[in-house]
Amino acid sequence: MSALEKAFYSPVGRKVAAKAGLAEPPRLRRGRDFPRGPLVLAPLGPSTLVERTLALVGRAFEAPVVDAGEEAPGYGDRIGALIVDATDVSTVAELEGLRAVLRPAVRGVERSGRIIVVARPGGAGGGWEADAVARALDGINRTVAKELRGGATSTLIYVHQGATPADLVSTLGFVLQGRSAFVDGQAWHVRPASTPEASLAERPLEGRICVVTGAARGIGAAIARTLARDGAVVVAVDIPQAGEGLAAVANEIGGTALQLDITADDAGARIAAHVAARGERIHAMIHNAGITRDKMLVNTDAARWGAVVDVNLAAQMRINEVLLAPDMPGGMADDGRIIGVASTSGLAGNKGQTNYAASKAGVAGLVIAMAPDLGARGITVNAVAPGFIETDMTAKIPFVQREVFRRSNSLSQGGSPVDVAETIGYLIDPASRGVTGQVVRVCGQNLVGA
Amino acid sequence: MHHKVVVVGGNRIPFAKAGGPYAQASNHDMLTAALDGLVARTGLSGSRVGEVAGGAVLKHPNDFNLTREAVLSSALSPSTPACDLQQACATGLETTMYIANKIALGQLDSGIAAGADSASDAPIAVSDPLRRILLEASRARSAKQRIAAFAKIRPGHLAPLAPRVAEPRTGLSMGEHQALTTTRWGITREAQDELAAASHHRLAEAWDRGFFDDLVTPYLRVAKDALLRPDTSVERLAALKPAFGGPEGTMTAGNSTALSDGAAATLLATEEWAAEHHLTPWARIVDAEVAAVDHPAGEDLLLAPVGATGRLLARQGLTVADIDLFEIHEAFASTVLATLAAWQDEDYCRSLGLDGAIGTLDRARLNVTGSSLAVGHPFAATGARIVPTLAKLLHERGPGSRGLISVCAAGGQGVVAILEAV
Repeated sequence: MSALEKAFYSPVGRKVAAKAGLAEPPRLRRGRDFPRGPLVLAPLGPSTLVERTLALVGRAFEAPVVDAGEEAPGYGDRIGALIVDATDVSTVAELEGLRAVLRPAVRGVERSGRIIVVARPGGAGGGWEADAVARALDGINRTVAKELRGGATSTLIYVHQGATPADLVSTLGFVLQGRSAFVDGQAWHVRPASTPEASLAERPLEGRICVVTGAARGIGAAIARTLARDGAVVVAVDIPQAGEGLAAVANEIGGTALQLDITADDAGARIAAHVAARGERIHAMIHNAGITRDKMLVNTDAARWGAVVDVNLAAQMRINEVLLAPDMPGGMADDGRIIGVASTSGLAGNKGQTNYAASKAGVAGLVIAMAPDLGARGITVNAVAPGFIETDMTAKIPFVQREVFRRSNSLSQGGSPVDVAETIGYLIDPASRGVTGQVVRVCGQNLVGA
Repeated sequence: MHHKVVVVGGNRIPFAKAGGPYAQASNHDMLTAALDGLVARTGLSGSRVGEVAGGAVLKHPNDFNLTREAVLSSALSPSTPACDLQQACATGLETTMYIANKIALGQLDSGIAAGADSASDAPIAVSDPLRRILLEASRARSAKQRIAAFAKIRPGHLAPLAPRVAEPRTGLSMGEHQALTTTRWGITREAQDELAAASHHRLAEAWDRGFFDDLVTPYLRVAKDALLRPDTSVERLAALKPAFGGPEGTMTAGNSTALSDGAAATLLATEEWAAEHHLTPWARIVDAEVAAVDHPAGEDLLLAPVGATGRLLARQGLTVADIDLFEIHEAFASTVLATLAAWQDEDYCRSLGLDGAIGTLDRARLNVTGSSLAVGHPFAATGARIVPTLAKLLHERGPGSRGLISVCAAGGQGVVAILEAV
C-alpha cells in the first residue's frame, strides 16, 4: 500500500474524502440472501407471469404504492424490491403506469434492494410503437440504475412470448438474491425453453461436472469455489506453471486439478479424456483463462497480438469444437452450458488493449453466434463481461487510477471475483435453459462499455 | 489371496539442487506438497486412503513420524494411517513394494508410496563429547552441578558435524566407492559424458512435450526440474574436472548426481478401487526383488541390483528382450554403465549364482525420459519418481508393455521391480 493510499484510508483521510464527495461505498448484499424488506409486485396489465414465477421463487409479495399525482407518495418502511410485470406494456401511453410505480419505489427501496422490470422484447411483430417502447424501457432501466443509491440495482428482463414461469424462475431468483450484487443497469433475454417446473434450487449443480479454466487464482478460483458450493464437481484447469495454486483450489473444493496449456493442440482432447475417465460428460465448460499483453497499438507486435488472441479467443474455439463433437467421450452433455468471459474493455474499447479488446469482443460475438446453432441440443452459450473486479491483477494498478476505476460505476466500488462467479453460476443453472446467446455485464453499470 | 496392484497416478515437486530454491523447505513441507498435488490430480481431497508409506534418508529428530505428520498437513482425510520406511536411495521403491504387497495380500485396497529428502535442510549434529556434556547438564539437580558440567566444554567440542554420505564400514564416500567400480569395469569418461548428456536431452524433450503435466506439480514457484540443462553437450561435459578417483578420475560433477531436494509420491490400488474412484490404471506391479553385496569385502557397492535383476527375471521367466523399457537409477553415469557391463558378463553373473549373463540392453530402451543425472536425486524420492514415470510410459505404449526398474542404494543394496501396462 502506498503512502498516499494509507493516508486516504486513515480516519482523517476518510473524513476529508467524505467531504470531497468520495463517500465510503455501500456494502453490497451478496450470496443467496433475498432483500430484507417486502417484495412488491406491480402488474401493469392482466399478466400473471411474474406472480406465478414469484410463487416458484417461494416469496410472498405486496401491492405497490402508485403515484396518483397529488403529493409525493411513499412507502412507510423500506421495501426490499419492486418487481414490475410490464409484459402487457406496448404503447407509449402505458409507460406512465411504469413511472407511477417506479417513483415511490426508487425512494423507498432499501440498501442493496432491487428494481426489476419484466417486459416483452421488441422485434416480435408488435409494430413500430411496441418496439420503441421496448427500447424505451432499456433507457428507463439504465437511468433508474444510475439514480438508485446504497447499492440498490435495476434490471430489465426481456421475456419472450411463450416463456413460462419455469423458464423465468432462475433469472428472477438470481436478480433478487445477493448473487447479482454487481450486475446493475443490465438487460437480457429469457426465451421459452420448456424448462421443467421446479422451485428455485439451493444447489442447482449437484453432481454435475463443470470445467473451469484459469482456476488457480483470482476470478477463476472464485468461480471454482462458487460452483462447488452449488454442488458442482469441478475440474480445475490451469497452465502447469500455476499448478501449486491449482492443487490448493482443487483440494479445497474437493475437485480435480488438470494442469494443461489451453493453447496446446490436444487441450480439448485432454479435457475430454479427464472427464471420460470419470465416466461422465461435461455439464458446463467455463472458458475463464485469459491474459493481457497491454501496449498501445503503435507498439503492439505480432507476438503480443498473437498470444492474447490465441489464449483468450482461439483456444476456446478449438476446445469447443472438440467437446461439441456429439460422439466425443467426456464431451459436452446435451443440455450443457458453455460460458465465455468477455470484458467491458472489449465491449467499449480500452487504450493500450487492442489485442485484448479484439479477443474479448470476439468472445461476445462467439457466444451470440453459437447459441442458435446449439439450441437443438439444449446447450446454451453465454458470456459474462466483468468490469473492474478487485483481484491481484487490478491491485497492481497505481492507487489513484485504481480508485478512479473503482468509482466509475453506479455502485461506486470494484466488484468481487465472486460476483462474476455467481453470474456464471446462474447462467449454467440447469433451470436457465431459456437464457442463451446473452452477454451479461458484471460491472456495477460501469460508465464505459454500455 | 492375491489381488492385482495397479499404479494409477503419481506426483512430485520439481527436483532442485541442494541449497537452491527449496533451501528453507523441510522434508515435511516437501512431502506434504507432493501428497497434496497427488490428491488434487486424483480428486481425493478429504478421502481416506488405505495407508501412506514414506520416508527420508536425511532425517531430523523433529522428522519424528514424518509421513503421518505430512498426511495430517495434507488434504487427505486425517483418518489415513501412515508409516516411515527407509532403505537409503531405494526408499521410494521400497515404500512402493510395501504398499503393493499389502494391496496384493488384500490388507489394503489403496495406498500411497512416497519419499522426500532435503540435502539443504540436512540435520547437523553436535560432537559426541558436547552432546554428553549437555545431557549431563540437563540431568543436573543444582546450579552448581550444571556449572560444573558446562565447565567441561572445550572449544574443539563446538564444531558442528555435518552428515557424511559415507559408508560406515569402509569410510569411503559413495563417489569414492563408485570410482573403484568405474576403474574395475573400465568405464570411459566419454561413455559417462554421453550418458549424462542423453539424460538431460531426454528429460528436456519430455518436458517440452508436456509429459510431466500430470506427473509434477510446481512448488515454491519452481515449475520445472531446476537441475535440468537442456543445452548441455558431451563437449561441455568433457571440460569438467574430475570429482572422484583422483586427478586421473573420470567421474565429474556433470556425470554424477548432485545433492538434491525434492519429494515424490505414487498412488497404488486394486483395479476395483481405481474404477470406483474414476482413475485410469497405468500399469500393474508384477514383482520385485532385493539384493545386497559384501562391499566391506571389496565388492562393488552400487552393483547389488545386478543380482536382483537376474533373480527377478528368472523367477518371472523373462529375459532382457521381453522388457520394453528400463529405468536404471543414475546414481552416477558410471553406475549405469557398470551395471550394463555386468549384465553382459557371464563370469560375473555366474559368481552371483545366476545361470549366465543377463543380457545386452539396447540403450534406446533405457531411461527414455532421462533419469537422476538430469532430474536430480533427493534420495528417498527417486523410487517414487520412477514408478509413476515408467507406469505412464508403459501405458502410452499399450497393454502388455513391460518395464524394469533398478535402484542401487547405500549399504551395498539394491531393489529391482517389474511393471506391466494394463
